[in-house]
Amino acid sequence: MIVKHLSLLLVMLPLAAAPIVAVLPRGRLPWVVGLIVASSCAILASTQLSMVLQSGVISYELGGWAPPWGIEYRIDAVNAFFALLVSIIAAITLPYALLSVEKEIPEHQIPLFYSAFLLCFAGLLGITQTGDIFNVFVFLEISSLSSYALISLGKQRQALTSAYQYLIMGTIGATFYLIGVGLLYSQTGTLNMADMAALLPQVTELRTVHTGFAFILIGIALKLALFPLHLWLPNAYTYAPTVVTVFLAATATKVAVYVMLRILFTIFPDGFVASTPTGDLFILLGITGIIVASIYAIYQTDIKRLLAYSSVAQIGYMVLGIGFASATGLMASMIHLFNHALMKGALFMAVGAIIYRLGICRMDNIQGLGKQMPWTFAAITIAGLSLVGVPGTAGFISKWYLVSAALEQQAWVSVAAILIGSLLAVVYIGKIIESLYFKPVSETNTTVKEAPLFLLLPTWVLVVANIYFGLNTELTVGVAEHAAQVMGVVAK
Amino acid sequence: MMDYIIGHYNYWIAIFLMMVGFYIVISRGNLVKKIIGLNIFQVSVFLLYITMSTVKDGAAPIITEGVKLYSNPLPHVLILTAIVVGVATTALALALVIRIKEAYGTIEEDEIHEQDHSL
Repeated sequence: MIVKHLSLLLVMLPLAAAPIVAVLPRGRLPWVVGLIVASSCAILASTQLSMVLQSGVISYELGGWAPPWGIEYRIDAVNAFFALLVSIIAAITLPYALLSVEKEIPEHQIPLFYSAFLLCFAGLLGITQTGDIFNVFVFLEISSLSSYALISLGKQRQALTSAYQYLIMGTIGATFYLIGVGLLYSQTGTLNMADMAALLPQVTELRTVHTGFAFILIGIALKLALFPLHLWLPNAYTYAPTVVTVFLAATATKVAVYVMLRILFTIFPDGFVASTPTGDLFILLGITGIIVASIYAIYQTDIKRLLAYSSVAQIGYMVLGIGFASATGLMASMIHLFNHALMKGALFMAVGAIIYRLGICRMDNIQGLGKQMPWTFAAITIAGLSLVGVPGTAGFISKWYLVSAALEQQAWVSVAAILIGSLLAVVYIGKIIESLYFKPVSETNTTVKEAPLFLLLPTWVLVVANIYFGLNTELTVGVAEHAAQVMGVVAK
Repeated sequence: MMDYIIGHYNYWIAIFLMMVGFYIVISRGNLVKKIIGLNIFQVSVFLLYITMSTVKDGAAPIITEGVKLYSNPLPHVLILTAIVVGVATTALALALVIRIKEAYGTIEEDEIHEQDHSL
């Protein structure tokens, strides 16, 4: 019974829990429910992935309506991989949330906070599960609307304006996507992804299809914060409550990348994307994004903002991998977005631990704290090295595959951009480490103690994962390889 | 040519509204006006969907005796969903504007910007 409805349960569980959590009494009960839901989802998602890897695609008909008329959840290795990523990150973020949320969110809003968090989680899972292109829009809006609310809960008043800014840009992005879906529907008469993929080859000549493709591309590019459409991201990540930043940085943009992969490789026929300048555009924007955003990151004094700019640069790497349109490039993208979720999750959590103690995390405030908060400092160092791409960490694996993908196509400029991006990462991570360890402690901070265990444990789970996936690449590379096959990308 | 332009008049209206809405979102500094622009932008897309659903000489999609040809009801259903999403977005945006007004005392973008940078 559970196995049969597993794919739907994964989405329904957080969606149904969200309103229940909202009416629970204050205290720790909402958190407990959230934690149970997220951990069950993580278990369900890992079961789903192993089922898909063993016995192939799962097709679930919602309400018993056969596709292409009804909504179909069609789970292949790619969906299952992303669903697992989202739910594992949620399951690790929630234990961390307990103390951090109690510190940053007013007590009477805590049940509502967890409710919005679960809604956002349900929306993101829904996007990864569904096989219906309009359903993607609905889930996209569920996750976006709840994330606007979550961001606006930040302590400083700039949180409100950044949430508003994100709302405007996010809605424009979603509406562009909607226009694109409408135009494709008008030519194919279907909304089911698999069905559309079968029907599209007959109509690729039409200008309507090209227009629809362009609208969808721009809409999703806004959501994944592709340079230069990233303007909402630095503010949103900086002013959101720490837990929200951790969760969104590790999942929201990744899920948008997933939608992009589906559109480019599953829905549109081979050759169509190659006939448009999409690949070159992605490579160009990827390279510019890596360089420009990394340079911006170096000049930031607020560490959350620094990491946010670094996220924009990392999205550049993922888009670069997609731009190569080769099996290795796609694999590199998928590996990097998994690894990036691990390292950015760990970094934002460690920064959150400092914020828990100090209230802010700016370059001039954290001086010398490395000696007083050794575990937090070590976490930042290891996750930072992973971000740079030092051998032995997860970041190295993704850089390795990216560089191989670039070398395969003799794209020397891209190779140079990846290496320069890594060097710039050395500079901005180095700045944090210098400030934390090599500067004298300011007098006001001499009594600051190490962060509580509840914050350190989840951080270190991610830090250890960074090292584990740097040494054992069986899961990441294996699944990415499988996914590249599913997407039908042939090595050039 | 004239027939082509007149025959597609509802598409022209949709495109016109789309551009008007988009322009308001980009050009206005007043946060409430931006939301109004966003609404016009979204509504233009609803019109686009409804236009697409029309079948030439098709009746409204309600089963009636003696009618063979119906318009496509599916886009209507999709747009019902999209309208709900639009309402939720507007409500959230207005709630944010109220909070911004409380925190800054203004809803003009340039004045908010000034306050954040003078600190």
